[in-house]
Amino acid sequence: MSFVTARDIWQSYDGRPILERVNLDVEEGEFISIVGASGCGKSTFLRLLLAQEQPTRGAIRIEGGPRAREPGRERGVVFQRYSVFPHMTVRDNIVAGEAFDTAWGRFRGARLKAARERADAILERIGLSHVAQTYPATLSGGMQQRLAIGQALAARPRILLLDEPFGALDPGTRIQMHDFLTELRAESPMTVFMVTHDLGEGFKLGDRVLVFDKPRWDPQDPAAFGATITYDFDARQGGIPFQGLLDRYPSLRAAE
Amino acid sequence: MRLINRVPSRPTALLLAALPFAAILAAYAIGSEIRLAANPADKLLPALDTIRATAVRLFTEADKRSGEILLWQDTFASLRRLFLGVGIAAALSLSIGMAVGLLPYARKSLTGFVAVLSMVPPLALLPILFIVFGLGEVSKVVLIVIGITPFMTRDLSQRVLDIPVEQIVKAQTLGASSFVIALRVALPQVLPRLISAVRLSLGSAWLFLIAAEAVAADVGLGYRIFLVRRYLAMDIILTYVIWITLLAFLIDWVLKRISERAFPWMGAGL
Repeated sequence: MSFVTARDIWQSYDGRPILERVNLDVEEGEFISIVGASGCGKSTFLRLLLAQEQPTRGAIRIEGGPRAREPGRERGVVFQRYSVFPHMTVRDNIVAGEAFDTAWGRFRGARLKAARERADAILERIGLSHVAQTYPATLSGGMQQRLAIGQALAARPRILLLDEPFGALDPGTRIQMHDFLTELRAESPMTVFMVTHDLGEGFKLGDRVLVFDKPRWDPQDPAAFGATITYDFDARQGGIPFQGLLDRYPSLRAAE
Repeated sequence: MRLINRVPSRPTALLLAALPFAAILAAYAIGSEIRLAANPADKLLPALDTIRATAVRLFTEADKRSGEILLWQDTFASLRRLFLGVGIAAALSLSIGMAVGLLPYARKSLTGFVAVLSMVPPLALLPILFIVFGLGEVSKVVLIVIGITPFMTRDLSQRVLDIPVEQIVKAQTLGASSFVIALRVALPQVLPRLISAVRLSLGSAWLFLIAAEAVAADVGLGYRIFLVRRYLAMDIILTYVIWITLLAFLIDWVLKRISERAFPWMGAGL
C-alpha cells in the first residue's frame, strides 16, 4: 500500500475533460515535481490532491484513508501568492498554524506561551526571527514564501502541496529558496507535491518528475480529451538514479 | 514642464486648500454688504458679525422658558439618533455582509433581496415608519438604519468576497472551522472596510436624520432649522448648518484616526 494513491482520476468542467485516467502511487517522503504546459491540468490535479475540488471519477487517498471532501490539516499548502494572513504579524501567522484548529482559533495563557516558543523556533529555522513582530506586507517575496512554508509546517501536515511556490520570485531568490527547501527536507523528511513551470527546478528538487500532457489529441476539437501523466521520471541523483545500484546491492556485482 | 507633473510646495498647498473657503466667505461678505446697504432690515444675508453674535448667543445663553441651552439639547438629541442608527446599521450590515460573503447558502438567498432593498427610496418609507413606529425616536433611528444598511451590506459582502480564495483554503488546511475563518480571517480584514463604509454612509445618515427631524420632532438640529425657517432667521440657520458640517467633519476625522491606529497592517491601503 503506497502512502498516497490516486486511482483512475477523471476531472471535467462543464462536460469538458481536463484530466483523464490519472493513476499515481507515491511513497512516504518522496518529493514529486509536477510539470507540463499551461492548461494541462497540473494545477487541477493539485486542487484534487488538496481536496479543494472533488474528481468527477476516481479517488485520492492518503494511506488508504477515506476520500477527503474539503481541505484539512492532513494537506498543507503554499500558493504562489496570498498564502499568509496580512492582518497577523509574522509570529502570529506561525502560531495560527496550530491555533486555527481550536474552537475559537486562538490560544490563551500557557498554551499561547508554549505555541509562541515553538513559533520562535520555527522562525529561527526559516530565518525570519528578526522580523517576527512585523506584518507580512513589509516582507520581500522570498521571505513571504518562507513564512508560508513555515506556517504550513507548523500545522504538521502529512503531505505538503506547493503550487508554483517560487513562480513570482526573482532568479536569485529562487535559488536561495531551493536551498532552503532542500535543507528543510534534510532535517525532516516530508512528502511534497510541487507544481512548477520551471523544468530545471522540477528536476533539481524532485525525486520524481511527473509530466502532464494529452495523450490523445483531436485537431478539430483540442478540448475533446483531457491530460494524464505521460512521463514519470526518476530524478534522484541528478536524473541518473541507477548508477549507484551496484554499491547499494553488492550481490549484483557477482553477475558482472 | 507638463501641468500634470507640477506639484505645489507645502506652503502653496496650504494656501490653495484655504482658497475656496476664503473665496466663498468673501463672496458672502460682499453680497451681504450690498444687500444690507440697500436695506438695513434685510434678513436674507445677515452680516458675518451678526452670525457670530448669534452663534455665541446660541451656544451660551439658555432658553428663557426652559432654562436649557437649546443648541446643545438639539445636538445631543440628534447625535444620539445618528449614533444609534449608524451603530445598528453597522452591526446589521457586518453580520449580513459576512454571512453573504462566506456562506454560499446565505449568498444565494440574500444577494438579490439586498440588491432590491437598496433600490427602495428610504424617504418614501418615512410615512410608513411614522405610522408604524409613531413620531418618537424609533422612527428616526429606523429611517437611518433602512437608509444606509443595504449599501453597507453590499459593500462589506463584496469585501469579504475579495479576500483571496487562497487565504480561505490555507486557513482550512490549518484546521480552521467556518466559525474560526469568519472570526480570525474574514472579520479582521473586513473591519477597516466597515469603518470606511461608515464614513461613506455618514453623509446619507445625516440627510435621513435631518429629513426625519424636519417632518416630526420636538428637539434636534434638523427640527430647529426647519422651525426657525418660519421667521426667516438666516443667522440661526447658518449657525446650525456650520455646526452640523463641523460635527460631520469631526466624526469623519475621528473614524479615520481610529482606522489608522487600529489596523497598522493595512499600511497605505486606507
